[in-house]
Amino acid sequence: MMEAKPKKEPLIHITKRDVMPLWKAILVRVIAIAIALAVSAGLVVILTQKNPLEIFSAMFNGSFGTPRKILNMLQDVAMLLCIALAVTPAFRMKFWNIGAEGQVLMGALASAALMYFLGGSGLPNGVLIPMMFIGSLAVGMIWAVIPAIFKAIWNTNETLFTLMMNYVAMQIIQICIASWATSGSGVMGVINLNTKLGWLPDLFGQKYILNIIFVALLTVFVFIYMKYSKQGYEIAVVGESENTARYIGINVKKVIIRTMLISGAMCGFAGFLLVSGASHTITKDLAGGMGFTAIMVSWLAKFNPAIMVGTSFLLVFLDKGASSIAMECRLNESVGEIITGIIIFFIIGCEFFIRYKINFRSSGKEAAK
Amino acid sequence: MTKIIHILIAAIVQGIPLLFGATGEIITEKSGNLNLGIPGIMYVGGISGIVGGYLYERATDTPNGFLLVLIPLLSSLLGSLLMSLIYSFLTITLRANQNVTGLALTTFGIGVGNFFGGSLLSMFGETGSIALKETGKAFRTTLPFAYSLGPVGELFFSYGFLAYTAIIIAVVAGIIFNKTRVGLNLKSVGENPATADAAGINVTKYKYFATCIGGMIAGLGGLYWVMDYTDGAWTNNGFGDRGWLAIAIVIFAIWRPRLAIPSAFLFGGLYILSVFIPGLTSWMKEAINMLPYLVTIIVLCTVSARKKRENLPPASLGLSYFREER
Repeated sequence: MMEAKPKKEPLIHITKRDVMPLWKAILVRVIAIAIALAVSAGLVVILTQKNPLEIFSAMFNGSFGTPRKILNMLQDVAMLLCIALAVTPAFRMKFWNIGAEGQVLMGALASAALMYFLGGSGLPNGVLIPMMFIGSLAVGMIWAVIPAIFKAIWNTNETLFTLMMNYVAMQIIQICIASWATSGSGVMGVINLNTKLGWLPDLFGQKYILNIIFVALLTVFVFIYMKYSKQGYEIAVVGESENTARYIGINVKKVIIRTMLISGAMCGFAGFLLVSGASHTITKDLAGGMGFTAIMVSWLAKFNPAIMVGTSFLLVFLDKGASSIAMECRLNESVGEIITGIIIFFIIGCEFFIRYKINFRSSGKEAAK
Repeated sequence: MTKIIHILIAAIVQGIPLLFGATGEIITEKSGNLNLGIPGIMYVGGISGIVGGYLYERATDTPNGFLLVLIPLLSSLLGSLLMSLIYSFLTITLRANQNVTGLALTTFGIGVGNFFGGSLLSMFGETGSIALKETGKAFRTTLPFAYSLGPVGELFFSYGFLAYTAIIIAVVAGIIFNKTRVGLNLKSVGENPATADAAGINVTKYKYFATCIGGMIAGLGGLYWVMDYTDGAWTNNGFGDRGWLAIAIVIFAIWRPRLAIPSAFLFGGLYILSVFIPGLTSWMKEAINMLPYLVTIIVLCTVSARKKRENLPPASLGLSYFREER
C-alpha cells in the first residue's frame, strides 16, 4: 500500500503585519533609498566612466552651484510640492486622480486668458491678480469635479477618466494658443511683457520668492486640514473603507465630490502660480509632467505633507543633478528620468516589507507533527 | 477615390502601433492589472529593437535579411519583457500600488528610450542620428504583388509583416477570451481574484503571464513605429503620446480585442485627419486632435451609466490581490 505523502507546507508564507515600529519602517525606507542610489550610481559610472565623487559634485553643482540655481531649484520644488499637496486629499481617499496635469493646465489657462484679455483694459494689478487667482481655482475645480461627479453617480473609473481629461486640457490649450498667438506661430510668447500686468511682484528683487512662500503656507494648511479637521478625518475613513464610512453615517458621494473640488482648486492654484508667478505664458508643456511626478511624490511620502517636502526635494535634486551630469558628459539628459524611475521602483518595492511579514517554513519538529 | 484610399492607408499605418498597444493593454487589464506603464514599455520596445538592429548592422558588412528582422524583433521582445517583469514583480509579488508603479514605469521607459536614442551613437564614437536603413527596409518588405493590383491591392497588401501580425494577435486574443478555458480563467481572475483562487486558478501565474505577454505585444507597437513607420530612424519623443491613446482605445473598444482593430484604425485616422482636410485653420486642427480623447470619455461614461456587465471594466481593475485579506 502506498501511503499518501502529506503535502509540504509552502516554503514562504506571507502574512500582514499589524504595525511596524516607526524606526523600523524608516530604516527599511532608508535602506531602500541607499540601494537605489547605489544602483543608479553604478549605472551612471558605467555610462560615464567617471569616478562617483566627481559625478556627485557635478550633481551638486547643477542644483546648488549659484544663488540663481538654488532659487530655480526651490521654485521647481515648490511647484512639484504644490501639485503633490493638491493630489493628496483625493489619493488619501483612494480616488485615483491622475488628472492633476490637466487640472493644473486648465488653471494656468484661466490665468493666462485673463492676463491676455484684460491686459489692455486698464485694470490695476490689485484687481487683475485676484481675478486670475479666483479664475484659476474655479477652472481647476470644474476640471476635477467632472470625473468626481461621474464616479459618485455611476462609479465611472476615475483613473481612466482623469487620464483622458489631461489630453483634452492640452488640446484646449493648443486651440487657444492657435487662435490667440499672432501670425500663427503656434507659440504664445510672454504675455504683457511691457506692462507686467498680472505678474506676481518680485520680492527682495527676486522672482519666485512669493511662489515659495505661498506653497509653504499651503503645506501647513494641507497638513492641518488632513490631520485635524473633521473633513480630513472623513477623507481618511472613506479611504480605509467605503462601507465603514457608510455605516458611521458619512455621505460618501458628498465627500468624494467635495474632496475633488478641493484637490482641483489646489491644482488650479498651482496653475496660477506657474503663469502669474513664473512663466507669464502658456504652453501645453507648462506643467511638464509634474502632474504625474506629483502623484509619486505624494505617495512616496505616505500622504504626509511634511515628508512631501523631502520627497519633492529629492526628485527635483536628482533630476537637475542628472541633467547636469548628462550635459558634462555629453549624454542625453533623459538619464534623470531613468534614475527617478529606479529610485521610485525601490521605494515602492520596500513598502512590501513594511506592510507584510515573510515567514519561512519552520524546519524540524513542527513540520513533523 | 485614390485620395480616400490614401487616407485609409495612412489611418491604418497610424493605427497599427495603437492596435499593438491596445491589445497588449486589454490582455493585461483582463487579469485586473491596470498597467499605466504601457507608454513607457512601447518606447522601450522601440529602442530595444533599434539597439539590436544597430549592433547587428555594425557587426556585419553583408546583413542577412532574415537576421535583420529576427534580431531587432527578439531584442524588442526582451526589452518589453523586462519592463513588464518590473511591473509584475512590484504589483503582483510585492502588491505595490498599480497606478504609481505604472506611472513610474512610463517615466522610466520614456527615459530609457530617449537616453539610448540620444546617446547610442556617441557611445560608439559616431555622430549624427540613428538611421538603420537596411533594417528598416527588411521590416518594410511587402508582398511582391502589393503595388501591381491597383489602389485596392495597395490598401490591403502594402504593409510590412508586423501590421498583419497586429491584426492576427488581436483576432487570436479575442478567440482566446471567448472560446477557451484559459480565457475564461483569465477573465475570472480580473473580475474576482478571490473567487478564482477558491476555484483553484493560480491567480499569480495568470496575472504574471497576462501582464508580460500584454507588455511584449505592446512593445511590438514601438518596434513597428521605429522600424516600419520611420524607416529605422529614431527621434527622441517621436512616438509622442500614442501610448496613452492606446489606453484610450482599450476603453473605446470596451475591452474587446477584435473591436480594438477598427477602433485603432479610427483613432489612427483621427490622429492624421487634419492633414488631409484642406483649408483648416490651425485651431481647427487642434480641435480635431482632441476628438479621440473626447470620444473616449463619452464611451467611458456611457458604458458606466448603462451598467451592462459585459461592457464594464474588469471589476478588480487596479487592485492588488492578497489571499489573506478580506
